[in-house]
Amino acid sequence: MLEAFDIACVRGSRDLFRQLSFRVVTGSALRIRGSNGAGKTSLLRILSGLSPLDEGRVSWNGQTLDKFGDDYAKQLLYVGHSNALKGHLSALENLRLGLAIQGIEVSDIQAATALATEGLDATADIPVQWLSAGQKRRVALTRLMFCRVRPLWILDEPFSALDEEAIYRLSGRIVQHLNSGGVVVYTTHQDIEIDAAVQTLELQ
Amino acid sequence: MSGGVWQAASAVTARDMLLATRRRADVLTTVFFFAIVVSLFPLGVGAEPAILRSIGPGVVWVAALLASLLALGRLFAGDFEDGTLEQLVLSGESLAMLVLAKVAAHWVATGLPLVLLSPLLGLQFGLPGEALWVLTCSVAIGTPVLSLLGAIGAALTLGVRGAGALTALLVLPLYVPVLIFGAGAVSAAAEGMQAGGHLSLLGAMLFAAVALAPWAIAAAVRIGLE
Repeated sequence: MLEAFDIACVRGSRDLFRQLSFRVVTGSALRIRGSNGAGKTSLLRILSGLSPLDEGRVSWNGQTLDKFGDDYAKQLLYVGHSNALKGHLSALENLRLGLAIQGIEVSDIQAATALATEGLDATADIPVQWLSAGQKRRVALTRLMFCRVRPLWILDEPFSALDEEAIYRLSGRIVQHLNSGGVVVYTTHQDIEIDAAVQTLELQ
Repeated sequence: MSGGVWQAASAVTARDMLLATRRRADVLTTVFFFAIVVSLFPLGVGAEPAILRSIGPGVVWVAALLASLLALGRLFAGDFEDGTLEQLVLSGESLAMLVLAKVAAHWVATGLPLVLLSPLLGLQFGLPGEALWVLTCSVAIGTPVLSLLGAIGAALTLGVRGAGALTALLVLPLYVPVLIFGAGAVSAAAEGMQAGGHLSLLGAMLFAAVALAPWAIAAAVRIGLE
């Protein structure tokens, strides 16, 4: 369960948001909406522990983030705006080494199979820099398949640049994660059906 | 320390080494820069053997220092832009160990070639055999210190416009002790004196840098990502 109490984010002299509170229970998702620059990414970065909190507190399973320390990162998977892919490495190398850095060991065969289910088998061995924006996004999202052990998923615009089929697969994956007791926080501008308990948070 | 740290750290090193083999131009730039800067001095100063021998240690060392400074721009900037640095911070393992692994890979790609090249360049200055050996040792001990100290500067200037020049201003003063003892060791050897003291001091700097710099780099990276 992810909870936020009266959190605020101040950028310079401007308040992005103030006195924001919410609770996302196990097995449910939180969708964050808002216009560009409303602070969606800032909020996600705060929830992931990348940015410090200006006010209030965030807790995961009843324990505040600062008490968790480095162990909190072990609880979560963060897919940011940028794909965290190395252009000179292939999709396969990116996936395998990226996961290994996260402490998740994956064999070449497992990684290749995962990429194949994403429809990326033909492009798994060429440098990622030659792929289209949507394909890069799919490579980045393939990580989700191996991150079921991480209960909290924080996804920043996961659906952007994806085609319909990939959107369908991703929403299915999110539902699957929620059904197995995960928590998902995501932002999106698209209205995408997620067949689970989703609450929406509107940032002004 | 748990096994997870080692796995994650070795994955960081493996990825960066693989990237270095894919982007050979980056590595070659550093090496050529080093070779050219060192070679310019005999052309500019003239071929007087006594003068060359006396300036040789300093020239090779200053060039090594500038070459390693040149390579710093690529240490974190790429990872910062493509989001892999965020993932490094969020790996849940000790960030200090992971950045140490990164700096190690960076040194193998950009510092080790300098070590291998330095005796050859030392020859241009007519340094005697003993001094060439000391030169190689001093560069081998000194360049990892330069990489570690430089990484602090590179991490502090993450996302800043004109980061390269700022990094240079930040780290060049920190490089001074390494330069003094590195070049000092070679000069001493060239004059037939013992270089052991200088090298021991360089070694002490290396130990201190390995022990302390990763924490400073990790803190700087976290601030840079905020």
